[in-house]
Amino acid sequence: MERSIVFAGFGGQGVLLAGKILARAAMNEGLEVTWLPSYGPEMRGGTANCTVVIADEPVGSPIVDRPDVLLAMNGPSLDRFEPRVTPGGTVVVNRSLIERPLRRTDVRGVLLRANDLARELGEPRVANMVALGAVVRALEVVPLEAVQEAMAEELGAKGRERLVAVNRAALERGHGAPAAGMR
Amino acid sequence: MRQLMTGNEAMAEGAIRAGCRAYFGYPITPQNEILEYMAAHLPQAGGAFVQAESEVAAINMCYGASAAGVRTMTSSSSPGISLKLEGISYLAGADLPCVIVNVMRGGPGLGNIAPAQGDYFQATKGGGHGDYRLIVLAPSTVQESAELVGLAFDLSDRYRVPAMILADGMLGQMMEPVALPPHRDPATLPPKPWALTGAKGREPNYIASFALDPKDLRELNLRRHERYREIADREVRWEEVETGDAEVLLVAYGTMGRIAKTVVRRARGEGLRVGLLRPITLWPFPYEPIRALAERVRAVLTVELSAGQMWEDVRLAVEGRCPTPFYGEMGGVVPTPDEVLQEVKRLA
Repeated sequence: MERSIVFAGFGGQGVLLAGKILARAAMNEGLEVTWLPSYGPEMRGGTANCTVVIADEPVGSPIVDRPDVLLAMNGPSLDRFEPRVTPGGTVVVNRSLIERPLRRTDVRGVLLRANDLARELGEPRVANMVALGAVVRALEVVPLEAVQEAMAEELGAKGRERLVAVNRAALERGHGAPAAGMR
Repeated sequence: MRQLMTGNEAMAEGAIRAGCRAYFGYPITPQNEILEYMAAHLPQAGGAFVQAESEVAAINMCYGASAAGVRTMTSSSSPGISLKLEGISYLAGADLPCVIVNVMRGGPGLGNIAPAQGDYFQATKGGGHGDYRLIVLAPSTVQESAELVGLAFDLSDRYRVPAMILADGMLGQMMEPVALPPHRDPATLPPKPWALTGAKGREPNYIASFALDPKDLRELNLRRHERYREIADREVRWEEVETGDAEVLLVAYGTMGRIAKTVVRRARGEGLRVGLLRPITLWPFPYEPIRALAERVRAVLTVELSAGQMWEDVRLAVEGRCPTPFYGEMGGVVPTPDEVLQEVKRLA
């Protein structure tokens, strides 16, 4: 088993953190994993992305030519990475910021309004966790609970219980997002 | 218990656990996390962290700390290592142990901050002036990054030869689970009777990288080269993957070495008999294992993030026993496994 995920969005949308939390969850589940960020100057105000590879044996290349799952948090990310998704793969599209439909017909689209769902939870900053929830569901490699635990480890300093709670809810919301948006 | 760490963090933590108690550095991407980690953690371990005013200052601080017998490290990325070369040559000439980490980036010149392997010549063929060698270790995973730093300290101390960790931007920036090596108490490390520790009750020690009389300097060089020969005999390290029945042998190290593992897996999935030899020590280089495999493969394909630097050592090892094609990328471009696989298919 080897699954690869590209998390992409604007700098500040939390895509690197979302990928890191998934990587931590995979590690805690006893799997092998790599997390590779884009660390170029493009991170300043531009696009940010990271690639996570999860496998049951040591990961070779942390660079992925054909990701199984793409999370596109904004339009430029969808434009850049949609052509690379492996046929039969999944694209999670943040419909709050991306209006255009998918151009590919050989991938599965999961459309969710991550920013709107986050606002409904009372915390606009957790849009990345809403989206991660949908990614976890599409992946079917690590259980949602493991991702929630990893998130709590990542964020869970003292006095941040409220933050952890709302992120937990956001993951659940994204994970349970109805399949209505799929095509 | 495994932890999720970047290669940079793993090298820093690996150094602290190996008993490093003096670190001197100057910021440069993509290795800044080493400084950051050392600044946060080395003082807590009882060590000294100094952000020097320049790379040149940092390497010369290493000279001083090493002369005092302390396990000492500095780190930088390609252009910064160029600045350190004079100091590295002095360390070599004074027979001082030290660990130098190079998280390579695209070059030459200022280049860029993307992963590259263009500093192989600099690391393994001298770089600085004079007839010297560095022990050069090339990790390809975050786990190995943590472990090889410890090995670098041990070898550097044992032979009194500076050691370099040759990593690259991808390895420095990526995260992987790592099971950290145990902590070692510097007080339990082998003693250094040559160190400048205060001459009370003994003859003073003398450390320098010069000898004005040519006969004396020749003698120092000859003795040093005896140690180099000993290192070449005893310390070669490498990994082989699926080489048993291989018809095409890949040779790749570091980041390219791990990408090559994926290439081997995909090639085997398509029924191609492809294997990999991954040098772990770049100096001493695994000439003999490559020579032995060259006797029974159809071709040895060197894959590097350079125009073909290690390739020269591979050709020295193969010595015409079979064709030795090359595939490389430069400037921070990293080939995908499929791009390398296409190259392999032309040979298989």
